[in-house]
Amino acid sequence: MTAQTWTQNNPLYLDYQATTPTDPRVVETMTPYWTEKFGNPHSRNHHFGWEAEDAVAIARERVASIIGASSKEVIFTSGATESNNLAIKGIAKFYGDQKNHIITCVTEHKCVLETCRSLQQDGFDVTYLHVKENGLIDLDDLKAAITEKTALVSIMAVNNEIGVIQPLAEIGKICRDNKVFFHTDAAQAVGKIPLDVETMNIDLMSISAHKMYGPMGVGALFVRRRPRVRLVPLIHGGGQERGMRSGTLPTPLVVGFGMACELAEKEMGAEAERLRGFQHRLYEGLRQRIPEIFINGDKENRVPGNLNISFAYVEGEGLMMGIKDLGVSSGSACTSASLEPSYVLRALGVEEELAHTSLRLGLGRFTTEEDIDYAIERISVEVNRLRELSPLWDMAQAGVDLKSIKWAEH
Amino acid sequence: MNATVYLDHNATSPLQSLAKQRMVEVMDMEGNPSSVHTVGRQARRVVEEAREQMRQVINGPRNASLVFTSSGTEANTLALMGSNADRILVSAGEHASIMGINKALEHVVIDKNGLVDLDRLQTLLADKKGNALVSVMLANNETGAVQDLKTIVKLAHNVGALVHTDAVQALGKIKVDFSDLGVDMMSLSAHKTGGPLGVGALIVDANVKMNPINRGGGQESGLRGGTENIPAIAAFAVAAQHATADIGRMERVKILRDELEQEILKIAPQAQIMAQAVDRLPNTSFVTMPNVTSETQVMAFDLAGVCVSAGSACGSGKTKSSSVLSAMGVADDVAKTAVRVSFGPDSTKADMESFVSVYKDLYQRKAHNLNAA
Repeated sequence: MTAQTWTQNNPLYLDYQATTPTDPRVVETMTPYWTEKFGNPHSRNHHFGWEAEDAVAIARERVASIIGASSKEVIFTSGATESNNLAIKGIAKFYGDQKNHIITCVTEHKCVLETCRSLQQDGFDVTYLHVKENGLIDLDDLKAAITEKTALVSIMAVNNEIGVIQPLAEIGKICRDNKVFFHTDAAQAVGKIPLDVETMNIDLMSISAHKMYGPMGVGALFVRRRPRVRLVPLIHGGGQERGMRSGTLPTPLVVGFGMACELAEKEMGAEAERLRGFQHRLYEGLRQRIPEIFINGDKENRVPGNLNISFAYVEGEGLMMGIKDLGVSSGSACTSASLEPSYVLRALGVEEELAHTSLRLGLGRFTTEEDIDYAIERISVEVNRLRELSPLWDMAQAGVDLKSIKWAEH
Repeated sequence: MNATVYLDHNATSPLQSLAKQRMVEVMDMEGNPSSVHTVGRQARRVVEEAREQMRQVINGPRNASLVFTSSGTEANTLALMGSNADRILVSAGEHASIMGINKALEHVVIDKNGLVDLDRLQTLLADKKGNALVSVMLANNETGAVQDLKTIVKLAHNVGALVHTDAVQALGKIKVDFSDLGVDMMSLSAHKTGGPLGVGALIVDANVKMNPINRGGGQESGLRGGTENIPAIAAFAVAAQHATADIGRMERVKILRDELEQEILKIAPQAQIMAQAVDRLPNTSFVTMPNVTSETQVMAFDLAGVCVSAGSACGSGKTKSSSVLSAMGVADDVAKTAVRVSFGPDSTKADMESFVSVYKDLYQRKAHNLNAA
């Protein structure tokens, strides 16, 4: 096999937490629904409508199956952001009269944090749990935060920046014991790790298709039926999706999402093992060639497709400029356009200098061993080159404690 | 099985080949438009080019925001839920996505042709103080009636009220010009115009203050969080451009529609054509078959391979009679005999003739039974 040449205009894609390419097998199943089977699944008067309706029903089964739910509990949305908004606002608005307290965590995705902030403006109380150095919440903190006013606990399954897996089953049990609803943003988890809404006592779960090799523009919210969870909808209209989310369902996208779930359910085990090997190879490769690198987030409880690494004494922006032939992020896609250090890394207690030098390396279904070796080569050459130019690195090598230096203002 | 004749384009219209080509092309690209690396920036460029194309298609002002949403329904919801208006006035013939909104709405009556009663609107607007929002669809999804939006805008702007229009059914069928209409917000949907399912847009004039429904990563100028549906957005722009550049093709569709109505009136002189007296979409006919329920008709049409509908698809199979017709004052026993025929740009004379022939057979069979009974 010949190694591919990667360039600035055709970079090696290592950003699978931002989005994943649509699997060709998914595209293939979607295609007929764009043209010859184009019906509106809500048209109950003719063949085209019924054909689309059947396809949606099969897709719903497939999505339900991968999380151990019943298809009646799956509401299709436009994506995980909408699902998160619907879950949190929907619960808050329905139960807010009796229970006006929500518990979440400081490292959640922006859309969860912003939704909670907007509810605070509407008079809700929100507790933002801190995380330990490994990025996981402390279960005792959670227990202590729950009051009789608590309506909802929203804790993500897998973090989008550092890939750590929260203890879902334990959180679910605590919530169920206290009769509090448990919502989890599982956009980064579905298809990557086994999930079961029953054994984990999950009441609401947000899913995104484009993070699991399905198409953009579609997602789902699992809403438990027993014990029943009720929501106030965000989008009103024709009453589709059990009245919880109106709008014509995009049949091709839903079909593609279903196929993505079926493929992931079948291939998850083998793929996780393969990626685990790559993750190890990548970290070891970098560690052997670059001293003073640090993994952000728990080393064991993380998805195999993610490595978040800080390279001390190297400026993150400079590093990104030097590896333009690699499509990697310095944080989550939603926030990386700003150059502030990641709020997730700061929440872990990572020092600002190190937070500024971090890269998120996302591996996935189409990553090859050659890709890993190429990334190791390029990153290590660039980091070592930047360190050669860095006076800080010189000083550190000479044994100067950089924290002891008083920098002149200018 | 007969070859299928699809005459339900107001429910959804098949994806145009150019739009499909564009979608497949973009689907092969990787990248999240919010990522800063090259791949992300390429995705961002696709979205921003589509946004500019869409702005040109509807002649929106340069400083207006064009927010891509997941559907026309979401665009309508964002327009009404996101606005700061103290009161919202809507016509009594609006789409379910407006009528069902979780906010107090004041209904403005419509006349027997489905047009907004302008005197009533003026009175309501003068009635109370406070910043008002008026939402009136450009063209009705069931009857095709086109509202006198320019006058509505004038009445509203005279008292400082804003105007939103749901132009979902109008795009690609009649001229849709944001600046010429003078509206402040406009909803669009791709899949009614040969674009893909799963994408819509809300155009918001710079003078309108908005709050998002979906909060998130700050995408779409903070008005709609969530990763953009890039392939669908790119295809939407292509479909909309194509449909509006080639709007002349609707002339031919209008001739087909008019011929269909003439033929029906020959077969059943008592048949009623809704909103026939006013300006309508060139592709739409909401027509009754005297004494035969819509349910019976759509079943008979389907068996004969002709796809039409008893009204809006969003009613999700509930075959109750149309709320639009009842707001127009159409008697219930007439309303429940209406079916909606909606042509597409590629519909043929043979399609029209198939409909007429099934209509004729059914009507004669039923009329015979009625006479015998």
